[in-house]
Amino acid sequence: MENSSIIKIEKLVKRFHVGKTEFTALNDLSVSFGRGEFAGFVGPSGSGKTTLLNIIGSLDSPSEGEVDVLGRSVSSLTHKQSAKLRNKHIGFIFQTYNLLPVYTVYENVEFALLLQNLSGSERKKAVMDALEWVGLTDKVKSKPAMLSGGECQRVAVARSMVKRPEIVLADEPTANLDSKNSHHILQTMKNLNRELKTTFIFATHDEKVMQYLNRIISLEDGKVVKDELITDSKN
Amino acid sequence: MLAFKLAFKNLMGAGLRTWLNVSVLSFAFIIIIFYNGLIDGWNRQSRIDIQAWETGEGQFWHPEYDRYDPYTIKDSHSPMSEEIQSEIAKKNLVPELLAQATAFPQGRLQGVILRGIDPDQTLLKLPTATLTKSYDDTDYAIIGKRMAESAKIGIGDRLLIRWRDKNGTFDAREIEIASVFKCDVPTVDKGQIYLRLEVLQKMMGMGNEATLLVTGKEFVNKDLNGWEFKDQGFLLADMDKIIQTKKAGGTIIEGLLLIIALIAIFDTQVLSIFRRQKEIGTYIALGMTRSQVVGIFTVEGGAHSILAALLGAVYGIPLFMLINKVGISMGYAQGVNTDLPIGEAIYPYYSLQLIIITIILVFISTTIVSYLPARKISKMKPTDALKGKLQ
Repeated sequence: MENSSIIKIEKLVKRFHVGKTEFTALNDLSVSFGRGEFAGFVGPSGSGKTTLLNIIGSLDSPSEGEVDVLGRSVSSLTHKQSAKLRNKHIGFIFQTYNLLPVYTVYENVEFALLLQNLSGSERKKAVMDALEWVGLTDKVKSKPAMLSGGECQRVAVARSMVKRPEIVLADEPTANLDSKNSHHILQTMKNLNRELKTTFIFATHDEKVMQYLNRIISLEDGKVVKDELITDSKN
Repeated sequence: MLAFKLAFKNLMGAGLRTWLNVSVLSFAFIIIIFYNGLIDGWNRQSRIDIQAWETGEGQFWHPEYDRYDPYTIKDSHSPMSEEIQSEIAKKNLVPELLAQATAFPQGRLQGVILRGIDPDQTLLKLPTATLTKSYDDTDYAIIGKRMAESAKIGIGDRLLIRWRDKNGTFDAREIEIASVFKCDVPTVDKGQIYLRLEVLQKMMGMGNEATLLVTGKEFVNKDLNGWEFKDQGFLLADMDKIIQTKKAGGTIIEGLLLIIALIAIFDTQVLSIFRRQKEIGTYIALGMTRSQVVGIFTVEGGAHSILAALLGAVYGIPLFMLINKVGISMGYAQGVNTDLPIGEAIYPYYSLQLIIITIILVFISTTIVSYLPARKISKMKPTDALKGKLQ
């Protein structure tokens, strides 16, 4: 773990109301991440992995506790500030890719940049660079429906990385992929982590993902039960 | 700009669903423009006809004259001053003398208005030239087709008429129908018999007198002592009211049609929002604000109206051009007993104002019905949207 934390979570509690009952998804959880980490939350379904990623990504807010992302307290951000934080500094990768079906590969990757008021040439260079990282420069005009699952996830990786964010949050990125594609995607992400010093945080229970992680944080019932650094991870 | 770009992309991507909505909306566009164009065309045509056959550029009335009260006719006559005579000579004014009478076509009795008019006049389309036939002592008259049909008389027929002159003395004589003219303005030919002005003046004992003076384009408007000027607005007020009533009736049909189209768009937008929750969640995850997402969906809905206007133009312009060439046949309505002028065919009139107002109306309506479901997005939690959870 590095000293300069870009994500700092202290005594985080997240409760959900299900009907009249209250469900505690995260319970007094504290953890922090430094720049360039390749870490992951692992644990069984319902352990709070996705909820934690959503709060870090400012898509959700804590019930109690403090979550600082890049020096900003997530709970004090307005909707606009949250959107700006996500747009400039955080990339998301979803289990189901979440590509926009009517857009081409190029347009899907370009989308995040459209919100940043970059010039056309700047956008083009950034998109082509991102597609080169994931090896999809030959598919720029294809629509998601024409791509395989692995290719779709590579587009999602390119989309998350095109704006060169400090943090990428990946929620079960390999759950819908076969072994070969999973390794390909993970290898790509690991390379980007190394080259660009981007912090990758995963939520996963996939053994293949765990092989690549440098840090594994095990969650159970919304609490950290183990936080270990892995020195012999792949690559 | 981004919202427009994305909205059009999404609309095109939705394919058939978009085009079905656009088709319904474009149909509403066409019907609204067509119906209003038809009424405007009718209105325009009627005004031209009434002006050409009856009112000219305006009329001077005897102060006692009230067109809605036939009993005022008896006292509505004045001698024409030299100034008026001079304008008549210059063909700037056409005098008409009105008198009530009873006609006895084939032994039946029918109330009529006798209208004395200068046979040499050219301001009105009335074929008064035929009244100049004066090679014998016969008093010639012209009547319109409606009068001819109601009295069952035609050219060459003789008609007994009885009237009271200015002293209240009854008199009667036979007149001969010199011609029957066809006119689309019912008030010009229904129950009206046109005689030479000097003949009627003589019959009534009202030499050099008139009830009203029709003005022409060349007439420089001025006060004529003892006469009241009635402008086009006054003279066409009745027709304007009838047209407005027709328009109001049409608005209900147009409104219903527009509502159907708007419900289709509203339905599509609501479905879109529920079906595209993940997409909405993705937009937010990628850094869009909620108002930007609402903007995309609102523009998407509003863009239906732009596409509908374009599609409507593709089939509407040739259709309207064709209709304008052949007209809408109103032959069936010729026999309808109404005071509203109805030509054999109506040629719709599509003004730029009508088209622009219709486009704005439809655009605003579609934008509003698109905004309403889009507003729901602003209440959706991004995490739920990403999961595609129904709320």
